[in-house]
Amino acid sequence: MEELNHDTGTRLVKRGLAEMLKGGVIMDVVDAEQAKIAEDAGATAVMALERVPADIRRDGGVARMSDPEMIEDIKKSVTVPVMAKARIGHFAEAQVLQSIGVDYIDESEVLTPADEAHHIDKWKFEAPFVCGATNLGEALRRISEGACLIRSKGEAGTGNIVEAVRHLRSIFGDIGRISQADSAELFDWAKRLQAPLPLVQEVSETGELPVPLFCAGGIATPADASLVMQLGAQAVFVGSGIFKSEDPAPRARAIVEATTNYLDPSILAKVSRKLGEPMTGIEMDSIETRLAERGW
Amino acid sequence: MKVGVLALQGAFKLHAEALERLGVEALEVRSVEDFNSSEALIIPGGESTTMSFLLESSGIFESLQERSIAGMPILGTCAGMILLSSKIADGRSDQKPLNLIDIEVRRNGYGRQINSFESDLFIEGFESSFRGVFIRAPLVEDVSEKVEVIAELNGRPVMCRQDSTIVTSFHPELADDDRIHAEFLEMASNS
Repeated sequence: MEELNHDTGTRLVKRGLAEMLKGGVIMDVVDAEQAKIAEDAGATAVMALERVPADIRRDGGVARMSDPEMIEDIKKSVTVPVMAKARIGHFAEAQVLQSIGVDYIDESEVLTPADEAHHIDKWKFEAPFVCGATNLGEALRRISEGACLIRSKGEAGTGNIVEAVRHLRSIFGDIGRISQADSAELFDWAKRLQAPLPLVQEVSETGELPVPLFCAGGIATPADASLVMQLGAQAVFVGSGIFKSEDPAPRARAIVEATTNYLDPSILAKVSRKLGEPMTGIEMDSIETRLAERGW
Repeated sequence: MKVGVLALQGAFKLHAEALERLGVEALEVRSVEDFNSSEALIIPGGESTTMSFLLESSGIFESLQERSIAGMPILGTCAGMILLSSKIADGRSDQKPLNLIDIEVRRNGYGRQINSFESDLFIEGFESSFRGVFIRAPLVEDVSEKVEVIAELNGRPVMCRQDSTIVTSFHPELADDDRIHAEFLEMASNS
C-alpha cells in the first residue's frame, strides 16, 4: 500500500476546527436539555460546564472541571462539537477531558486557577485548546504554549460587554501598531508584550493573530454579538447571557442570526424584537472578583 | 465570473482567499440577493446544523435548489457535502438535505475531533498527491450510479461529482493547495 502520511493532532487539524467555528455562536450549557436547546437554536458548539459563570460568581468557592459523566451526557445528546473547561495550569484535568473525547479544551479563568505561574503546555495534547486573553501579549504567550484559538476574556458572568470591547480594542489596536512598526521596533514590541519575537514578527507581517480570535465574556443581546463581530471577533462565546435570560431559546436563535448578519442593522432590528428580559447584568465597579485578571 | 461563497457560518473566508489567488472575484453570500448575483457557489465547512437553519431563515434554501437543478456549478466541502447530499445519517431529524448529489453521508462518520486527521489523497487527473485535511468529517456510506467518485480513502469515496456538483469530505481550503478550486473554476467556466 502507498504511504499516505496519515497524521492526527497536527497543528492544521487542531486549528482547522477553529476555522469551522467561525461566524458562529458557542453556548454555555449545564445539562443535556440545555445542550439540545442550544443546538436547536443553531449553536456551532456547546461548552459543557456545571455552573454558568454568573452562578460561579454568585456561589463563590473553588470552581473546577465538570463531572465527566455530565460532559458525556451532553456529548451524547448533541451532534455539534462539545467543549469543556480545565483550570489554568491544571494539566491533569485537561488529560481527563482529552481522554473522554472533548472536542476543544478551554483553559479558563472562569474556573479557579490551579497554578499561579504556569499555564498548561498545550503542545503535549492532541486535543485543541482555546485560551482567554485581555491583550496581545497574553494572546501570543498562550499561542506560544500551543493554544489554537484565542478568545477575548471580557468579564464572564456579568452580562456587561464593556470588558470584552476593551480587550478586543486592545488586541486589534496593538496588531495595527505592530503592522506599521519597522523591523527594529519589533524587538522592543516583543519585550514590552513579553511575547516571543517570532510571533511578534509574524503578526507584523500578516497584520493578524496567528490563530482565530473569538470573543467571550458579557454578550447578552444580538446587538452585543454584532458589536464584537464588527470590532473584529470571528465568532462569539455566549455564557450566562442565554440561559440566565427570561426566554433562552428565542434569544439563542436571535444571537445566532445576529452573528451571521452582524453587518445588517435591519436584520438585527428584526431578530431583537420580543426576546423577553436579558440577563440582569452587573456594573464593573460593583464586582469583587475580576475573572479576567486570572492568568498572565 | 463572480463566484459566491456561502457565508452564513464556517470557513468561508479561506475559500474566498483561494478564489482571489486564482484571480476570481469572490462574493460572500448571506442573502438571496447575494446568491442571485453569483454564477457559481461554494458551500464551505462549518456546522451543517447551523447552516441548515440559516439557509432556511435567509430564504436561500429554495433558490439554491432551483438554480442547482438548472445546472449551477456548486462545490461543497465537509458540511457543504452534508448539505448537498441526498441522505444524512446521524444528523438532526429536522435536517433537510438539498438532495443535489445522490450520496448518503454519515455526519462525523470519521469520529470526533480527537480522530480528525490529515492524509495524502490521490485525486483523478492530478499528477501528485493532495493533502486532505479531515475535521470531524462526514463519511460517504453510499453513492448511486449517477455519481462519479473522483478520490477515495481506504476504499471510501472522499470526493465525488454529479453533473455540476462537486463535493469533498475534506477541506481543500485548509491545504494551501488551490488545485481543487482551480478544477472547480474550470468546470464552472465551461458550463
